[in-house]
Amino acid sequence: MHDVAERQLTFAEAIRESLDQAMEKDSRVIVIGEGVPDPKAIFNTTAGLCQKYGARRVFDMPLSENGLTGACIGAALSGIRPVMIHQRIDFALLAMDQLVNNAAKWHYMFNGKASVPMVVRMIVGRGWGQGPQHSQSLQAMFAMVPGLKVVMPTTAHDAKGMMIAAIEDDNPVLFIEHRWLHHVSDNVPDYYYRVPIGQARTLHEGSDVTVAAFSYMAFEALIAAKSMSMEMGIGLDVIDMRTVRPLDVESVLTSVRKTGRLIVADTAFRTGSIAGELISQVVEQAFSFLKAPPVRIASPDFPTPTSPFMAEDYYPGPQTIADAALDLMGKTKEADGYRRMSAVLVRKGPHDAPNREFSGPF
Amino acid sequence: MHDQTKRSLFSAMLRIRRVEEALATRYAEQMMRCPMHLCIGQEAIAVGVCAALRKEDKVFSNHRAHGHYLAKGGDLSAMVAELYGRVTGCCGGRGGSMHLVDLDVGFMGATPIVGGTVPLAVGSAWAASLKGTPDVTVSFLGDGCFEEGVVHESLNFSALHRLPIIFVCENNDFSVYTRRDERQPNRPIYRIAEAHGMPAVAADGNDVEMVSSLVRTAVENARNGRGPQFLEFDAYRWREHCGPDFDDHLKYRSVQEIESGMNNCPIDRYRKVLLQSGCLDQQACTGIEAQIRKEVSAAFEFALASSKPTIKDAWEKVYA
Repeated sequence: MHDVAERQLTFAEAIRESLDQAMEKDSRVIVIGEGVPDPKAIFNTTAGLCQKYGARRVFDMPLSENGLTGACIGAALSGIRPVMIHQRIDFALLAMDQLVNNAAKWHYMFNGKASVPMVVRMIVGRGWGQGPQHSQSLQAMFAMVPGLKVVMPTTAHDAKGMMIAAIEDDNPVLFIEHRWLHHVSDNVPDYYYRVPIGQARTLHEGSDVTVAAFSYMAFEALIAAKSMSMEMGIGLDVIDMRTVRPLDVESVLTSVRKTGRLIVADTAFRTGSIAGELISQVVEQAFSFLKAPPVRIASPDFPTPTSPFMAEDYYPGPQTIADAALDLMGKTKEADGYRRMSAVLVRKGPHDAPNREFSGPF
Repeated sequence: MHDQTKRSLFSAMLRIRRVEEALATRYAEQMMRCPMHLCIGQEAIAVGVCAALRKEDKVFSNHRAHGHYLAKGGDLSAMVAELYGRVTGCCGGRGGSMHLVDLDVGFMGATPIVGGTVPLAVGSAWAASLKGTPDVTVSFLGDGCFEEGVVHESLNFSALHRLPIIFVCENNDFSVYTRRDERQPNRPIYRIAEAHGMPAVAADGNDVEMVSSLVRTAVENARNGRGPQFLEFDAYRWREHCGPDFDDHLKYRSVQEIESGMNNCPIDRYRKVLLQSGCLDQQACTGIEAQIRKEVSAAFEFALASSKPTIKDAWEKVYA
């Protein structure tokens, strides 16, 4: 799909480049967050920015998530375009008041007289015992609020293009990154480009089962799709949703009309997840196309445990997706190629560290 | 202070009083269908503060915002229309009394989450500092705000970056019906700001000239790079926390206390001073009253003649 001579960057490098180019292009863009200018530079996603743009545009932040979200909103109302960063999405819960009551509402409640052009990066953690308060995937909590936009890019290409689109957007955009995507590479153009918010993208074509997936689960679905196709001749239509609000339901409907089967794979807790919302909308609009009840694949409804012995079976993965697809097709594990496929899908490394076997490009 | 300035301070306070009295009277008709928090008795702070500001200076406010909005120059007709939920309201009917805005005069917005706009005001001052513009920002906040974490976060950040902001605390001692001594330890509020590293003073909020002169100094300091400034003013809320009425019958405060609060009326006090000094005479007073009465009734007529929005309007402007 891509020219091999194209330049590859990791997701983290793509984020860094997008911030750099956005700051270069627009002097109103500032970056603030706990640790932004420090030696670790938010997993290297802000490395060098302070040196290049100075301490009046690149800020460390007091441990005041709510207050500083409010300060960013106030600055955004006054012509600044802040990018705020939380090293864990869990920390952003402290800022719920400002995000929900002010950022989301300001444009609406003042009848469009002002808007809040700001980006909030939030990183979802996983592995190495991140546990109950460092690995939640809370996109649905934010996506339920009118006035907020919520994006979750999967590929490095989209991370860069969607960050630029988010910074240019006149609304508050929550930019949710899964930590386990940071090392994954993709072909990333070196120029300034946008990937539109609110449009899904097909990562793998197939005609048997639609898999609409978010963030890291799109990555997992792609792994499942490749193996299923190769070992079992089963075609998964993998749709990387890329945006949580507004949801691109139309792309999923188009696929479901073709396959008649739907899996939604989400990184979040099952109950109240955006996966449930997406399935509701598909059932409302394309019920007659469905050959079987849609399936949600999500994290179980209990907090993420820390111990590796409990965490090992916590997260669904490619095998979960493949098994669900098989089930939807009415096939059993006796089907031809299943064992070969499962052998391929077995994780070789430790379960609580990122999968290095597939590292892009997409 | 010039006589003309003094007369302006007086008529600005009186105008707010008469507007709110008219709102209170007509509230019973049940056509203003939104919660309303009157600032009757607290007018000197709004007027004294805003008199020390330029048009391009910014103000953020809270649920008790009528006085702040009018003192900063907010459009009266658009405010009344907003309370009546009309399309000509300053928010097109989306906000009501607790959400006022008039960007043309630097009134950036008022919202009713306690402490909610305080960090926004800090952000506005931060923007001025980053852009190098000369405007300052005022944050109006009440005594209840000092129980909210976000306010301490805001004070900290504004001091850290020496932002051009003036925090104006209107201490009326009550959070709804709960006194401050049931909510906070016995320590002066302004000392909290001092501990955050900014100059802070406390003064009588019923003396409009004193308010204005203290704020003028604070504004000059903030505008000249000397960082955030903090002012605490005593105030007394005459009427119920929310709504048009007096609430003496609830007996959460004594009759003596209410009487003493009302005897300290900032408008009566100032009228007496101006009459004594000859800056104002009875005829001028009557003239001011008549002019205000005319303006107020025109604002109500405008509001009531304005068209009503529909649910179709409500679907719009969710996103910019």
